[in-house]
Amino acid sequence: MKQDYSYVGHSVDRNDSYTKTTGRAQYTADLKFPGMLYGKLIRSTIAHGRIKSIDTSEAEKLNGVKAIITAKDVPSMKWGLSPARFDENIFCIEKVRYNGDKIGAVCAVDEETVYKALKLIKVEYEELPAVLTWQDAAKEGAPQIFEEYPGNLNTEIHHHFGDVDAALKDAYYVRTDKFQGQRTYHAFIENHCSTAYWDGDRAFLYSSCQSVHYIQYHLCRVLGMKMGNLTVRQTNVGAGFGGKLDPSGLDFAAVILSKITGQPVKMFYDHAETFLNGRGRHPMTMELTTGVDKNGKILAHKFDCVLEGGAYTGLGIASSYYAGSLLGVLYLIDNYKFDCRRYVTNLPPCGAQRGHGQPQPRFAFEHHIDLVGEAIGVDPIDMRLINARKGNSITTAGYEVKSYNLLGANKMARDASGWKEKRGKMGVGRGIGVGNGGFVTGAGFCQYRTDYPHSVGMVKVFDDGTKAYVYSNAVDIGQGSDTVLMQMAAEAMGYPYERCQMVTGDTDLSTLDFGAYASRQTLMAGWAVKRAGAEVKKKVLAKACEMLKASGRIKEGFGYLDGPLTPEDLDCVEGIVFVKQEPAVKLTFEEVARKYFVDHGVLLGRGWYHPGKLGGNHKGAAVGTSPAYSSATQVAEVKVDMETGQIECVDTWDVHDSGTIINPKLFHGQVHGAFYMGVGETIWEEVLFDKKTGKLLNGNFAEYRLPTALDMPPVESLTLDDSYEPNGPYGLKEVGEGATTPTMGAVANAIYDAMGVSMTDLPITYEKVWRALRDKKASGK
Amino acid sequence: MSSFVVDKDGNKRYAVTVNVNGSDYTKVVKANTLLVNFLREELDLIGTKRGCELGDCGCCTVMLDGKAVNACIVLALDCDGREVTTVEGIQDGEDLDIVQEKFIEHAAFQCGFCTPGMIVSSRALLNENTNPSEYEVREAIAGNLCRCTGYVNIVAAVLDAAENL
Repeated sequence: MKQDYSYVGHSVDRNDSYTKTTGRAQYTADLKFPGMLYGKLIRSTIAHGRIKSIDTSEAEKLNGVKAIITAKDVPSMKWGLSPARFDENIFCIEKVRYNGDKIGAVCAVDEETVYKALKLIKVEYEELPAVLTWQDAAKEGAPQIFEEYPGNLNTEIHHHFGDVDAALKDAYYVRTDKFQGQRTYHAFIENHCSTAYWDGDRAFLYSSCQSVHYIQYHLCRVLGMKMGNLTVRQTNVGAGFGGKLDPSGLDFAAVILSKITGQPVKMFYDHAETFLNGRGRHPMTMELTTGVDKNGKILAHKFDCVLEGGAYTGLGIASSYYAGSLLGVLYLIDNYKFDCRRYVTNLPPCGAQRGHGQPQPRFAFEHHIDLVGEAIGVDPIDMRLINARKGNSITTAGYEVKSYNLLGANKMARDASGWKEKRGKMGVGRGIGVGNGGFVTGAGFCQYRTDYPHSVGMVKVFDDGTKAYVYSNAVDIGQGSDTVLMQMAAEAMGYPYERCQMVTGDTDLSTLDFGAYASRQTLMAGWAVKRAGAEVKKKVLAKACEMLKASGRIKEGFGYLDGPLTPEDLDCVEGIVFVKQEPAVKLTFEEVARKYFVDHGVLLGRGWYHPGKLGGNHKGAAVGTSPAYSSATQVAEVKVDMETGQIECVDTWDVHDSGTIINPKLFHGQVHGAFYMGVGETIWEEVLFDKKTGKLLNGNFAEYRLPTALDMPPVESLTLDDSYEPNGPYGLKEVGEGATTPTMGAVANAIYDAMGVSMTDLPITYEKVWRALRDKKASGK
Repeated sequence: MSSFVVDKDGNKRYAVTVNVNGSDYTKVVKANTLLVNFLREELDLIGTKRGCELGDCGCCTVMLDGKAVNACIVLALDCDGREVTTVEGIQDGEDLDIVQEKFIEHAAFQCGFCTPGMIVSSRALLNENTNPSEYEVREAIAGNLCRCTGYVNIVAAVLDAAENL
């Protein structure tokens, strides 16, 4: 099914290579407009309380302050992801719900004045007792954070497929393990920034975001604006990883303050505020029970999961479903029970982070299944081979899985890593571990109810044919979507990639795409621009046919033609239109496109994509259903210092079943980055709060410890040559998020292999390892 | 000490002359003006990024008299009479520097926000050490955080650049 392509499958350079390596690439905070004002949010300094008064009079007197707004100055409509859980206001109306919650905004002539003004604003609170853990939130009589969530219970999910209890009774071996995840943070380097200005009744907003469409939709809904009157634009984005998908307080405040002042307003977070904005990974408390037969075949699995949500819901409802919805895609489990609760607490909200809801449950399951295998004497990789899903199958939950080669991924990772020679044979302090994962390639549904296509693309060829503009509001947050979309459009058109240019990041000028989340853009926006490119090609071939006939170069009755020349006799590759049977008879794309322009006006191609009705009918099936699923296996090798507990990840292998790979160079970059985030979360990363005040303790990169270049192991990123996804354009499926999901399991399992103590509490810090080793020694085992 | 004027609130403002990417610029700055803001606001050199503003992330890395420093923890006043090289000064006219070329070839960047600082740190290393080991490369960029790439392609690009100096 694979064929030779001009651009698809080629490691072309990124389209933003020059601007990003020379410092010319502009990010939102780099934009300047004449008369631009600078603004920041006013934030709560307590975790939970009623606002008694806000005194802005001193700040207003400060020279240079232009406007101060609080809840009374802005619409009171609530927003969020799902209507049943719209629980967030632009600014807190009566209560603050976390230390750092949004109370208002100030703008002034320069940054220094803004900071001075913030210090002069006095907020009086009636402080309420705060709940900072889900365990406290769930206690009877606990302080209520929201009226609409009695008992602070924000979400509850109960899925039961088959009959778990009956199957467990028949099992040869049953085991239960408990795991604890931690709160982590996206840690993109570019802080959020939003700059807005007005022209009459139209507003223009530049936002460092992951979806111009959703920002436009949510803002218009809350501000009561017509979507045609709010243009959302986006420049380069300094990464997102899920943290720039929700509208931030900055987006709302920039639009409102620029309306009030009549001047452009730039709203920005400093670094600690991006932590307060939150939306990172939920800490999950997990209990897993599995019953297997004597060969290790899983008969039943029970997963109980509690998410600590922070103050608002945001994308947390989807995180909750994702925690349990994809296990049945990886492994064949006929009897599966998933019980999940998400509690609100007085901390910054949790939400979506690369792998959305799934990495911690994957860590738990992948380690748990190793412990099950160990108890019955089955090798970890064999445990996975016995239970892995095969392609062209339907999950217990009803999801349709087309291409799926988790078996191949496991075997390739096993062989590449030297697993058989290493596992259990590396001596004390050395270990090797395996983990599986994968992800959806795009969600089956829009964030809000609509019958819109999920992505719309367009190609416009410049008048004389010397340029092709590819339109899509897919957001390049660094993953390289602009580059791969142009590769696919160029391939479909038969036009040189080098002469394509992306038109994106503008809700007026470019075409709808829902944005960068759920690992969706390469497939969904890919279909849209591929179809747009194909329409251009069709028009070019028809016009070329006309031109060749008129030129007299083609005469009816030529040996290689059955009848008169038709467009089907022609093809176009890399900018040359030619007769398939006689390639010497050719025209350039340029001259054909120019003639088209002369005869008909603009040469346009249009395309769109909607996933259609996908599998799964149970409540919550919307989160997990997808046109295509990737699968992946990672193997990690570690050294553990048995005296100090220090962990060094020394070598890693990744095999990603990703369908056709559009750009290998960028593909491997996704794997490297995904592994990087995963290994950071396994060993070092955790957002910490004061246990009494809920105040953020480590909102900086000195104390929120990201791996440096000295910590990062080499990553051997491998692919399966025969992977081909029929539901993806050119046979592709996702890589960006899926590659983060096996990492924690693989690294944790390697640590277990090295030290012989099961570590179930993330992050597996040097201190925890040291304590575990000390306890092991003391117990004499 | 640089010459100064006093504003109406009694705060001193200092005239400094800083050589940036080969040209002298004379500007009036406050005592607390940071080099990163001096470059971005006074000279519109936006390649030097503002990230953590605490000296942790390295995305504001520039060379000060040839040495890589975090521009967010250096005062503009301290740069009076000194030479600063930003990412915009790495290339020679139209021609990209070998480090920039190798970053492109190896796709050693994704979102690109850490890239200017990463390129400056790498160039500063290669100016001192034309034949660095992999460990020396990793050490040189250990103060530059990159969330996108896991440093894999960055390290490969810098080693490749060193071989092609």
